[in-house]
Amino acid sequence: MVYPPKHSKEPPVLERGAIAWIRHNLLSSPFNIAFTILGIAILYMVIPPFIHWAFLDATFVGHSKSDCTGDGACWVFVKEKLNMFMFGFYPQAELYRPKIVIVSLLGLLAFSKFFKGRGVIKLALIIIFPLFAFIMLHGGYFGMPIVETQKWGGLLLTLVIASVGIVLSFPIGILLSLGRQSKLPIIKSLSVFYIEFVRGVPLITVLFMASVVLPLFFPEGVNFDKLARALIGITLFEAAYVAENIRSGFQAIPKGQYEAADALGLGYWQKMGLVILPQAIRITIPNLVGTFISLFKDTSLVMIIGLFDLLAMVTVTANDRDWLGMDTEGYVFVAFVFWIFTFSMSRYSKYLEKKLDTSKGR
Amino acid sequence: MKRLVKLSAVAVLATAVSAMAGTLDDVKKAGILKCGVNTGLPGFSEADSKGQWRGLDVDYCRALAAAVLGDAKKVKYVPLNAKERFTALQSGEIDVLSRNTTNTETRDTALGLNFAGVMYYDGQGFMVPKALGVKSARELDGATVCIQAGTTTELNLADYFRRNNMKFKAITFDTNDQVDKAFEAGRCDVVTTDASGLYAARTKMKHPEKYMILPDIISKEPLAPAVRHGDDQWFDIAKWVRNALVTAEEKGITMKNIDEAKAKTTDPEVKRLLGVEGDMCKNVGLEKDCFYKVIKQVGNYGEVFERNVGAKTPLKIERGLNALWNKGGILYSPPFR
Repeated sequence: MVYPPKHSKEPPVLERGAIAWIRHNLLSSPFNIAFTILGIAILYMVIPPFIHWAFLDATFVGHSKSDCTGDGACWVFVKEKLNMFMFGFYPQAELYRPKIVIVSLLGLLAFSKFFKGRGVIKLALIIIFPLFAFIMLHGGYFGMPIVETQKWGGLLLTLVIASVGIVLSFPIGILLSLGRQSKLPIIKSLSVFYIEFVRGVPLITVLFMASVVLPLFFPEGVNFDKLARALIGITLFEAAYVAENIRSGFQAIPKGQYEAADALGLGYWQKMGLVILPQAIRITIPNLVGTFISLFKDTSLVMIIGLFDLLAMVTVTANDRDWLGMDTEGYVFVAFVFWIFTFSMSRYSKYLEKKLDTSKGR
Repeated sequence: MKRLVKLSAVAVLATAVSAMAGTLDDVKKAGILKCGVNTGLPGFSEADSKGQWRGLDVDYCRALAAAVLGDAKKVKYVPLNAKERFTALQSGEIDVLSRNTTNTETRDTALGLNFAGVMYYDGQGFMVPKALGVKSARELDGATVCIQAGTTTELNLADYFRRNNMKFKAITFDTNDQVDKAFEAGRCDVVTTDASGLYAARTKMKHPEKYMILPDIISKEPLAPAVRHGDDQWFDIAKWVRNALVTAEEKGITMKNIDEAKAKTTDPEVKRLLGVEGDMCKNVGLEKDCFYKVIKQVGNYGEVFERNVGAKTPLKIERGLNALWNKGGILYSPPFR
């Protein structure tokens, strides 16, 4: 005799599908009901006017402020000033150079994704690419006229500062965190002093010192490049934060790992390089990316020392007498560009975490 | 500690200044004039869509470059904010500061600057909606005023109203932008800041024609280019380039008619100005026709004014105080002789 399994009864209507979701998530208690209504009311007040302003009533076609007759946003402004937003004061005739750098950077990223495991090639590219980028951007070789760093601006400058800051602060941060863990008293106390000192000072102060006070102490005629000053300031500043991030990774690693490495007869650098650091860095990826995202946004602070990053270009472009009063469009556009970059960074960190997660295999 | 910092700063500055004589030679050797300008002030220092600097302050840089190097294009613009402008000049990062800087006693003396004659007479003014029906600031008793917090503007305003026995209610904001937006939204009857800023604010409005700027000016803000103490020759050049712009307007010499004037004029001062006679340029260590090059390439003061902030620009600033002394203003140049 066979007993075919009975079909189970469907759950009641109120516990199914969208209705259930709404009941459970939005209307589960009087408090939540009130919040839901409040939320919908706020969305209703914010979103339709924004869509009207940004899309329906906006002007997309034209070449001057007089073309913007509607009540909405004047995206013509962003279109006409796009080169300024992207490259700042970089000379028009030389714009192909930053473009080549950006294209080759994207190519490089794709390359490193498809050619896995060729560590030497990657390392070579990490060293060669910055050189290539600098020669292309700054010029002075192969008949390319020199474009002073002062003319770099917009997104280009933001990317230069952020990537140099990230790439250089990482190894310095690792060294500092190792120093802080060190058993050698002088190295340890120097590292602790440096980290705690830097973390006790706002970045804006560091930049200000680097740009306004430092020149007074140089002999006359020595004018250290402003961008270089800012880069050094930002790198040294971020290194302290990176060091603390990595230290948190060190502390999360069980003592047994250290002892096991010792038992295998590994020396200090082998132990750290092969056993401890790879694990510590993996653990701290979310923190590190958090630090790098905030560094990316902090690049805007260079505005106070007269460098024109993406955000500062809004002030410059909206003060053009032909485009006065366009600040809002500029800020919205810049916010959108910033969001694209920071969001991609946080997605990439998710991907890295998954890729490096070895726990599942066990 | 504070004193120590001050002392060392002064000491550093003093050594900087002593090494600084010979700016003219430095500029000639570099082949380019380093000019400090504002990072963005409509009509005075602004970048167009191609990233080229233009404006009244920028034109002074161009004039100086034309006089010294013979080419108005040989300028390296260094955009500076208000905090770093004086350090940039003192440290030699720039050769001249042309950045809407008010000439004051402290700056002229303690800060070690030399102001090379006024390029623009600014002053604090008022803007009202025309619908308010006010013709003078004296009628503003009881008005609500939008104002930026923490500026000297605020003090000037309070002083002015107290002096005239009037009352006002101030609404303060953090940035200029917020002030303008609040005024446009009708949160106050009147907005006050430097007159040049009011003209810029007006063009930002949806309906600029509905607002007017009152004729009353309640503070003195003479904006002047500045050079460092300790280099008299360079100071002379900076002064007389400015004076050449003004004198050229007085004599009716423009970019267009300058060659004709140079060939035909009988006015001895014009002859001296354009280098036909006398040693005007040699006196400041430049080539014989230095002022000719200035006017040929940049124009006279009137042309500079009209091109950047005048009636045909969106700013539509009237000449007012900045008209020539013989046309109702106070713009004046000592004679070329």
